[in-house]
Amino acid sequence: MYPSRFRYEAPRSLAEAIGLLHGGDGEAKVLAGGQSLVPLMKLRFATPELLVDINNIAGLDYHREDGDGTLRIGALCRHADLERSALLPGRQPTMAAAAPLIADPIVRNRGTLVGSLCHADPQGDWASVLVALGGSVVAQGPAGRRSIPVADFVTGPFENTLAPDEVAVEAVVPPHRGTPAGGYLKLERRVGDFATVGVAVAVDTADGTVTRAGIALTGVGGSTIACTEAAQALTGHALTPQTIELAADLAARAARPRTDHRGSAEYKRHMVRTFVVRILSRIGPAAGEQAAAGHAGPAPESERAA
Amino acid sequence: MTIVYDDLGDEATSDVPVRRIRFTVNGAKKVAEVEPRLLLSHLIRRGLGLTGTHMGCDTTNCGACTVLVDGKAVKSCTMLAVQADGHAIETVEGLATASELHPLQEGFKEEHGLQCGFCTPGMMMAAKALLDANPDPTEEEVRWALSGNLCRCTGYQNIVKSVLWAAEKLRPASG
Repeated sequence: MYPSRFRYEAPRSLAEAIGLLHGGDGEAKVLAGGQSLVPLMKLRFATPELLVDINNIAGLDYHREDGDGTLRIGALCRHADLERSALLPGRQPTMAAAAPLIADPIVRNRGTLVGSLCHADPQGDWASVLVALGGSVVAQGPAGRRSIPVADFVTGPFENTLAPDEVAVEAVVPPHRGTPAGGYLKLERRVGDFATVGVAVAVDTADGTVTRAGIALTGVGGSTIACTEAAQALTGHALTPQTIELAADLAARAARPRTDHRGSAEYKRHMVRTFVVRILSRIGPAAGEQAAAGHAGPAPESERAA
Repeated sequence: MTIVYDDLGDEATSDVPVRRIRFTVNGAKKVAEVEPRLLLSHLIRRGLGLTGTHMGCDTTNCGACTVLVDGKAVKSCTMLAVQADGHAIETVEGLATASELHPLQEGFKEEHGLQCGFCTPGMMMAAKALLDANPDPTEEEVRWALSGNLCRCTGYQNIVKSVLWAAEKLRPASG
C-alpha cells in the first residue's frame, strides 16, 4: 500500500509552513510524526493534495516547564521523549502514567503528543490526559497565535478546530493547584492495540482536599469524553470511599460505549467505573503515598506504576 | 537511482515529481530520486535491493519492517523515503561483517530465536536499538522494547532469550 500522489514541502520555518498552508488550494495536511497520518494516507482515507512536513523546523522538539509550573510540549516532542522525561515523574503523574502506554515503543519514537491531539481519534490517549489536566493547544496561523482548550479543540472523531492555515505548535498543561496526583489506566488486548477503555484522572490536593479535578475517557464514545460532573463531585471534598464511588458512578454514566469486538458496552462502562475507583483509591484514603496508576492490560505484571 | 510507483497509467514516468535525497545506509552514502509518496520500506527493498527488511502487515502494527533511523527504531512502512534525506539508516544487512555475525544474530541462532524468520530482521533491529541504549537490560525491559514487534511462531520466549544472550556477549565484562 502507498499513498495517492501529493505535493510535498519540507519548510525550514513555521512562517514558511503557515504560508504554504495559507496559499494551498485543496486539502493540506501537516506531517509531524506521521504514525497516524501515513497509515491513513496508505489506506487512502486521507488524500491530501499538499503535505507540509514540519520535521525540518528547528525548535519544536522541546518540552519544558515554565517558572510558574506550566508545562509546554512542542509539536515535534515525540512520545518517547515524554516517556523518558525527567520532568514528568512526580510532577505530572497522569502524563507519566500515560506516556509508556501510547501505541508501541517503535511508534513512540516518531509519534508526537501534539499530532495525537490533532488527529483527534476517540481512541487517542493523550487527548483524554490533556482534557483531564485542563490543557490547551496553541495554534499559529497568519494572524498570530491563539490558545484552544483541548476539550474544545477535539470536536469529534478525527475532527479538530484548527483553521486550514493553522499549525498546532504546542500543547500546554497549566500549573497544578496543589499536590498533583492521578493516573492513566488503559485496557488493551495487547500492546499497540487501540484502547478498549482508557481513563485519565488528574487531581490536585491541598490539606487533604481536592482543589482541582479532571476525569476524561478514551475509546468509550465518538470522541474524547470529559467527565465534568464526576470532576465536580470531587472538587472541594476529601477523597473518601464515598466521594470516590460517586465520581466513579458519574464517570461511568458519562461514558457512551458501544458493543464491538473489544467488548460489550456494559463491560466497557463497568471498566470505566473500576478504573476511576482504582486510580482515586491509590491517591485517596491512603493519602500521602501519591501513587500513580499505570497499565491495566490483561497480564497483571503489565500494570506499572509511574 | 530513480524510484517511483508504477500505477501511473498513461502518465510518463518523467512527469512524476521526484525529489533528490541524500542519506546513508549501513554507513554507505547514497543519493536517490524518489517520488515524495514513496515509503522508506520501498526505497530500502526496491531501490536499494536490501530485502532483509520485511514488509509484514503494512499497517504499522507488526514491526517486521523496523530499521534504525539515526539510531532509533522506526517502522519503515510508516515513514516517507523523502524524510530520510540527511539521515542515517541501518538495516539488518548492516549487522554482520564479512567474516562475523553480529552477537544478536548469533544469539538468535544459539537460542533458537526464530522459526519462519519473517519477523526476525525487525526483532533484531528493535533489539539493537535497545542494546545500544541499554547494554544490560532486564528480561522485562527486553519484552517491553520488543512489544511493537509481532512474531506468530515462537511465542517470544526464545526471542527474549536471544536478545539477553546477545547483551551478555556484547558487554565488555563478559569478554
